[in-house]
Amino acid sequence: MVIEVNNLNFSFGSGTLTQPVLKGVNITIQKGEIVLITGPSGSGKTTLLTIIGGLRQAMNGSVRVLDKQLVNSTEQDKVKIRRQTGYIFQQHNLLKSLTALQNVCMTLEMYHDLTEYERQYRAQKILAAVGLEDRFHYFPEALSGGQRQRVSIARALVGKPKIILADEPTASLDRQSGHEAVEILKQLAKESKTTILLVTHDYRILDVADRVVELEDGVIKTV
Amino acid sequence: MNIFDTWYFPARLAWRQLIHDRPKLIAAISGVLFACVLVFMQLGFKDSLYASAASMPLKLDGDLFLVHQQSEAMWRPAQFKRSELMRALGHPAVAEVIPLYLSLATFKAMDTQVKRTLMVYGFDPDTDLLDVEAIKELKHALRLKDTVMFDEYSRPEFGPVGELLASGQNRTEVNDYKVTILGVFQLGISFAADGNIVTSDLNFLRIFPNRSIHDIDVGIIRLHPDTSIQQTKIELRKLLNDFVKIYTYEEILEHELLYWENAAPIGFIFNFGTIMGLIVGMVIVYQILFTEITNYRFEFATLKAMGYQHHYFVRMVFASAFILAVLGFVPGFLLSNSLYYLAESQIFIPMPMTVGKIVTVFVFILFMCAIAGLLAINRLKSANPADMF
Repeated sequence: MVIEVNNLNFSFGSGTLTQPVLKGVNITIQKGEIVLITGPSGSGKTTLLTIIGGLRQAMNGSVRVLDKQLVNSTEQDKVKIRRQTGYIFQQHNLLKSLTALQNVCMTLEMYHDLTEYERQYRAQKILAAVGLEDRFHYFPEALSGGQRQRVSIARALVGKPKIILADEPTASLDRQSGHEAVEILKQLAKESKTTILLVTHDYRILDVADRVVELEDGVIKTV
Repeated sequence: MNIFDTWYFPARLAWRQLIHDRPKLIAAISGVLFACVLVFMQLGFKDSLYASAASMPLKLDGDLFLVHQQSEAMWRPAQFKRSELMRALGHPAVAEVIPLYLSLATFKAMDTQVKRTLMVYGFDPDTDLLDVEAIKELKHALRLKDTVMFDEYSRPEFGPVGELLASGQNRTEVNDYKVTILGVFQLGISFAADGNIVTSDLNFLRIFPNRSIHDIDVGIIRLHPDTSIQQTKIELRKLLNDFVKIYTYEEILEHELLYWENAAPIGFIFNFGTIMGLIVGMVIVYQILFTEITNYRFEFATLKAMGYQHHYFVRMVFASAFILAVLGFVPGFLLSNSLYYLAESQIFIPMPMTVGKIVTVFVFILFMCAIAGLLAINRLKSANPADMF
């Protein structure tokens, strides 16, 4: 079991302004599974994803990711989970002052046991795998939307994470490049048996999933 | 994970971000450069003014110096008895004692006839008390009645004395007493006096008829070679009355400098200028770092989501501050160097660029940027991934 969420409640605000977002969410995801979470805007999809990714602190219920309890966890525990998780953002969120290659290397620079050469080699290999072997030294602003998102996928995958969390990765892409990006993601993930949890309301990419889960008003509707 | 790596990676990212936005980088460097030049100039003027304030004691050729304890500084001394100085001769290490008389007097400019105050030094010319070559050369002529020598470095208001001498004009009045100027020497002016003249002790008493040969201003003691100055100073202390203070050469220089630094507001003025320069520079660097963090906070949040920790960004901010300090200091130093040269050649103030000054300013600039970084770090808290995605 890679991700195990039990009876997770989460709300924003405090006192009378409390706005419950997640109301007793239960979901279990196996190793290597590709799960899509869909649902209307404001249904709590992104919130769920940020809690699983160790970006947001949940106070009750249980969220076990890679055998670590994230509810009421320490900052160090969350950092550990973040490092084993590849996060793909709605906007590509690349560093605009770094080239594609340097952006991908940022994931590897957290690990000082690699040499500069090894980092470069791994980054080049993964960029080639997403079809950008001729774009290593391009800055993000010189890349198309689809290319940027593929750099972002490469950046998430290069650290060989156990989990990929993707938040509407196709939202800012056209149908063609959106589908391409997700296909690449799926293919690379399957090769390395990486678990993928993907939040989207883009119905054009539902076909990549092993399983589709719908979140509505903070409750999982169909499993 | 070693120290090098923990600083190298954030510093490299800081560098890449800085050079990515050239206009902003240039603005930041200009800010540091501005502060740098301001501090260099303030320190330069301060040091050169201090140096000129001590230009007379600097040239005194002696081992120990006696001044009255009521003397605040050499330019306004309290007199003490010549016999007190003679007492020092009782110590076996003392080779020679020389009385120095000094007083402010009016000097009538030879061309405009305008009277202006300058400092008159009187001592026996045979003693070579001032280590100035031009005075030593004319020491025999200086023994003649009513002769003086004039300091070329005096303010121009005293007239072009050198040129007038060359054209044969050499008579003027000091303290309304007619004297002949034998020649010029180079010493340097202080805050106390706009000019200097040197004369013999006997001529000094003629120029100042109300002064007595028995009341001296400074007593200079020369020791036999191979005797300990410190030891003699301690032993002389027991020999002499308490109302005279005994200084070594270094101590009397320091005493004069401290007077100008503390008693007069000069030190304060330049220190104030230095601090203002550093504050302006700090505000500029802070602004740059602050907007940098604000602009990049999405990227920082992204990096945090990838697993980077707060201390990485703290290092990044400090690395940015350090890079700006170095990039601003180098051109700032070069510019200041030329300005020092300009000051020396155009307004005749000695402004040496010493290693000590370079190190001092660099440390100031580093400190300034570090404080700016420290203030800007607060802004990092805005880069919270949970609030952004």
